[in-house]
Amino acid sequence: MPPPATLADRLRDALGDAAVITDEAARRTYECDGLTHYRVTPAVVVLPVDAEGVATTVRLCQEYDVPFVARGSGTGLSGGALPLADGVLIVTSRMRRILEVDLPNERAVVEPGVANLAISNAVAGKGYFYAPDPSSQVVCSIGGNVAENSGGAHCVKYGFTVHHVTGVELCTPDGELVWLGGRMAAEAPGYDLMGVVVGSEGTLGIATKVAVRLLRSPEAVTTLLAAFRTVADAGAATSAIIAAGLTPAAAEIMDALAIRAAEQAVDCRYPAGAGAVLIVECDGPAVEVEAEVAEVGRRCAAAGAFEVRIAADPAERAEIWRGRRSAFAAVGRISPNYIVQDGVVPRTALAEVLSEISARADAAGIRVANVFHAGDGNLHPLVLYDAEVPGAYAAAEEVSGAILDLCVAHGGSITGEHGVGVDKAAKLPRMFSAADLDTMQLVRCAFDPTGRANPGKVFPTPRLCGEVPRPRSAAEIPAAERAAIEAW
Amino acid sequence: MAADSVLAALRSACGPGFARAAGADDLVGGVPARWVVLPGTTEEAAAVLRIAAERRLAIVPRGAGTKLDWGATPAGVDVVLDTGRLSGVAWHTPGDLVATVGAGTPMRALQGALEPAGQRLALDPGSVPAGATVGGVLGAGEAGPLRLRFGIGRDLLIGVEFVRADGVVAHAGGRVVKNVAGYDLGKLLCGSFGTLGVITSATFRLHPLPARRAWVRRSVWTPLEVHDLLGDVVMSSVVPTAVEIDLPAVSSLVPRQRTAAGPRGPGTIAVLLEGTADGVTIRSGIVRKLLGGDASIVDEPPHWWGRYPFGPGEIALKLAVPIADLHAAIYALRDAAGVAVPVRGSAGVGVVHAALPRATGVDRVAAILAAVRGVLVGRGGSCVVLTAPPAVRDEVDLWGPVPGMTIMRRVKEQFDPHRLLSPGRFVGGL
Repeated sequence: MPPPATLADRLRDALGDAAVITDEAARRTYECDGLTHYRVTPAVVVLPVDAEGVATTVRLCQEYDVPFVARGSGTGLSGGALPLADGVLIVTSRMRRILEVDLPNERAVVEPGVANLAISNAVAGKGYFYAPDPSSQVVCSIGGNVAENSGGAHCVKYGFTVHHVTGVELCTPDGELVWLGGRMAAEAPGYDLMGVVVGSEGTLGIATKVAVRLLRSPEAVTTLLAAFRTVADAGAATSAIIAAGLTPAAAEIMDALAIRAAEQAVDCRYPAGAGAVLIVECDGPAVEVEAEVAEVGRRCAAAGAFEVRIAADPAERAEIWRGRRSAFAAVGRISPNYIVQDGVVPRTALAEVLSEISARADAAGIRVANVFHAGDGNLHPLVLYDAEVPGAYAAAEEVSGAILDLCVAHGGSITGEHGVGVDKAAKLPRMFSAADLDTMQLVRCAFDPTGRANPGKVFPTPRLCGEVPRPRSAAEIPAAERAAIEAW
Repeated sequence: MAADSVLAALRSACGPGFARAAGADDLVGGVPARWVVLPGTTEEAAAVLRIAAERRLAIVPRGAGTKLDWGATPAGVDVVLDTGRLSGVAWHTPGDLVATVGAGTPMRALQGALEPAGQRLALDPGSVPAGATVGGVLGAGEAGPLRLRFGIGRDLLIGVEFVRADGVVAHAGGRVVKNVAGYDLGKLLCGSFGTLGVITSATFRLHPLPARRAWVRRSVWTPLEVHDLLGDVVMSSVVPTAVEIDLPAVSSLVPRQRTAAGPRGPGTIAVLLEGTADGVTIRSGIVRKLLGGDASIVDEPPHWWGRYPFGPGEIALKLAVPIADLHAAIYALRDAAGVAVPVRGSAGVGVVHAALPRATGVDRVAAILAAVRGVLVGRGGSCVVLTAPPAVRDEVDLWGPVPGMTIMRRVKEQFDPHRLLSPGRFVGGL
């Protein structure tokens, strides 16, 4: 008798040798995502080329009672794609086809490994774009965006992934492929399962195809840069712009430390002496944009801006953005290590919270650079430290955690776009009661009663799902329900 | 008597004046309720649900009652939970453009409260003029013309408080516009017809009222004409807030009426533009040129704007289709019906409503649904019966194919294992 086939053997039989990685060194290249502080080498790595390959893998995981984690491009910042040592890592990077572009219906259908920016690139020539634009958009995958409900600089006006995805083909934890949402239509009958799957961080299944909404490219785009003495002033200016009913496409703030880093890195030539800059972008019909930018300029001046620059052409626009886009990487030039924090505060509280962060950091003797999406109150404090100095990481962690407490105390959130993942699961109870978390996990029990999809993420304590209800006999099922079962 | 003890328990939970035996008008889908209760707080609502859970009583939330005959006939209605006292704006920070409101708040009252701050909830379904509440609009997943620009309830809801079937109070989301912490249960509750929980409070993202708005309207004769005009507007860069159509049930055999502006068809396409005064002037001028024909710019919406095309007792349909296929769906509907069915709604997003005459027989309705769904199967899209007379409602498949039904059933079993929340009103007998 030959020994029973292992899961890896079965995966190879089903998907081919090239799709299954068991070599330890090769597996180790997948040990972390963008949050490199957490590292686990997965037991097996699978790289399916299509939805059926994902489904086959998930079904085999079920058969062998092995958990699985999905991974796109590995740019996530909350450890959402952190592998499990006894689990299968399903990597979607070979699922990169744009399956359909339907401009009359303003839709594209893509595989989950397609890079975010690739969608806009595919339709830009026809005057369309895909709105969500996380800063990693050159590489980050749509599947990952769906899992994290990714945002970006322009979501203050356009919303998040969940507002731009109209359908998801989900590989359920049972290994079945099912389309959720309206796909080419705006809505579908039944519960909005797609709405809850988007942002569920891979705990309800794996997106194997994604239908996205394409928008007409705006007629005009204008970018403005306002320089302030303090970051609190820049925050107050943002609050004033939002309160005035203006809807900029983006409103980003960099503080003095972030500006210094960016100047060193890319020589962006922001106004000298700026304690903070506010970058505001307006887009839409040319006539509206012109009026809006003028009003934004007035609000900035009223809030104490000592210089306001309005980009006259695309080159000047790119110049303004160059500093902002470089900022995260540039901070590496002024500090050997840093923690990227992600929290949200009400937009009216920006100035106050920024002052409090600054006070906390000063008291702890830790530098914090701020580069963030001010328009929706989404802070990204970069807490700087030197890993070589004993105790420095712990001190930085403490400040970083205190910033989240500030966000929650002001009625905000512990994450605006990076997700909970493994990093913030323990912090979720700061926002939600035990009953709230228990209720959320009812959904998980419905999708994944045995907890094989990305276990250990999002929730601090898994919920026991209890008995799976026994199947009812046909006679007990009402006629309407029977019809639905037969159709699907 | 058990009945007496239920009433006593409800009165003890909500106060003696706020629970009563149901009257002749307290019907849900034609099914008489036994008791009506009006909790004044979330805690009281939770107590009501606990009472219902302990005694295995079916419970249906009710706002203004504008849609109680929507959905399938419920399997039972013991308690109607009237949200009338769970009303009012609990919290509105104009600078944040965020407000928290009680589920029983009439939409009109909410808009009235926001208006002085120059703000609105960008949600304008056809039930609002009849007094619809926040909870009812969310629960039924309704939206109106503004959906093209702002989405539907699920897109504007940033936080929710609700009571589960077992009486536990739960929350999801929060009070900030950007937030990915935890599952977004608000999405699941929107459009769930009260089958997963009773929404008690909702937190919304608000939008500024525009400085100026204008409508550009043009007569149309046929769905195909709508299709061509819609394509022109969609392809332009004017960023309309809404693109609506109204195709009344006028026979196409009626001779064309000539007016000074040229042939005037029986239908209308209307485009809403919002923005600055100058901007709207220029953009509406562009749209008028794009639409051609007798297009004109007006300061007031057409009389049918944001209203459903169906009346009491009629068979109400909702079609959701890819925008470029809308005309095909309307032709299929009219061909199958054999009469010019009135169609109205958001052509710009491919979601429209239609009405079949109340006298349409069960077999006829079933045949019409089969024909329309047959056309939609290949294109993606759905045709849902929102409401119909009981004889029709109980015999036809109101929803058609529902992808994900297996998971939906499991979600229902988790949230409401004893099937007490609006049992039977939703897809697949949920």
